[in-house]
Amino acid sequence: MQQIIYFFIRNKNFLLFAVLFLVSVALTINTHSYHKNKYIGSANTVAGKVYKVRNNVQTYFGLDDENDLLVKENLRLREIIEGLKAETGFSAIDTTQFDSLINASVFKFIPAKVINNSYSKSKNNLTLNQGTNDGVENDMGVVTANGIVGIVNSTSARFATVQSILNTQSKINAKLNKSSHFGTLIWNTKDPNVVQIVDIPRLAPLKAGDTIVTGGRSTIFPEGLQIGTVIDFSADKDDNYYLVNVKLFNDMTSLSHVYMVENKEAEEIILLENSVEDEQ
Amino acid sequence: MNNNEILVNAARFLFLLALQIFLLNNINFLGFVNPYLYILFIIFYPLDGNKSLLIFLSFLLGLSIDIFSDTGGVHAAASVFIAYMRPLVLKFSFGISYEHNSVKIRKANLTERLAYFGSLVIMHHLMLFILEIFSFKHIFLILKSTLFSGIFTLFLIFISVVLFSTSKKS
Repeated sequence: MQQIIYFFIRNKNFLLFAVLFLVSVALTINTHSYHKNKYIGSANTVAGKVYKVRNNVQTYFGLDDENDLLVKENLRLREIIEGLKAETGFSAIDTTQFDSLINASVFKFIPAKVINNSYSKSKNNLTLNQGTNDGVENDMGVVTANGIVGIVNSTSARFATVQSILNTQSKINAKLNKSSHFGTLIWNTKDPNVVQIVDIPRLAPLKAGDTIVTGGRSTIFPEGLQIGTVIDFSADKDDNYYLVNVKLFNDMTSLSHVYMVENKEAEEIILLENSVEDEQ
Repeated sequence: MNNNEILVNAARFLFLLALQIFLLNNINFLGFVNPYLYILFIIFYPLDGNKSLLIFLSFLLGLSIDIFSDTGGVHAAASVFIAYMRPLVLKFSFGISYEHNSVKIRKANLTERLAYFGSLVIMHHLMLFILEIFSFKHIFLILKSTLFSGIFTLFLIFISVVLFSTSKKS
């Protein structure tokens, strides 16, 4: 017995080191598996509050740019509304009609502000100032007026963290706007404004400047949201698919106002798909 | 450790944590190079201080930085690792004078200091990027990040040494 106690006392530094090191590695591995809950992260109350205070100071320096962006988005939305009016024959702006349109939409949007953003690591995350109190849930998509940003991967009462598309673990369904050939959007960690698309078949008519949009295969993003334009492309090593470099419309290094997208039908779709898998 | 030393180290802990999460994590020099100056706490922890306490404090420091930068436990792991290896590195860099408890880091000559700072920085950054990137497909990215961030951190460490030692004289 004494021997054992002596052993512990003699090696207490090593044992302490080993325990703490294993805890850290376990936490690391935990964040590498996407669908597990994160125990630590900036969605918690203390870190969220600190980032909120910092953000309150920082936003003043970017107000001009942010206003420009919002005006541009308003302009685009107004044009769309006018176009819709002409098409559907709405003459005056009747809010009851718009309300019914909003209710008919499958997607619900929640506005949020980015209070922390990273883009220089291989696995990047953002922190937003909205949490479960505001209706945010895991697996909601995050978009801006210019394109997609990422997917919510952890929430607290008032904050949420987002797995950015600049994360080697992100795999997002994307397609060519003009021919609807599907591929998967990934990131090779090199440039925060350039992402890659793999698995686009060689049959697809591809040229530089083509627009890439989100595909409709996932329940996370609405179909047809802008992502970016093709810079260049090459055949992958099997020669069956293209590897495409895409310049994002979004500037991932300066994000401020974003929207979280909730698919009201997602639950039903996932339930149905799971029940089919169970039967097989 | 006397009271004064405890205060100095506690202040250093908080200051380096704030500096790291508010300023240094956002530098992104050339797009991906960030210095990790918070290991200065581990480097300048009193040489005769309690080693178990250092290991535990390094874990806390690393974990706090992980919480703020959403990196799981990579900073905690790397910090704990160098905190545990520190006595070995000290022996390697300062040789016999460390065993006689007569090392003064600020008064040591340049090669000894470079060996001490350099080996801790490289060990820390290598562990950090291996765990953060976590894939041997990206081995060159790991080495590249270690090299550039390491040089940046080492540079800042030497600057802070100069700054702190001049303020002590005056």
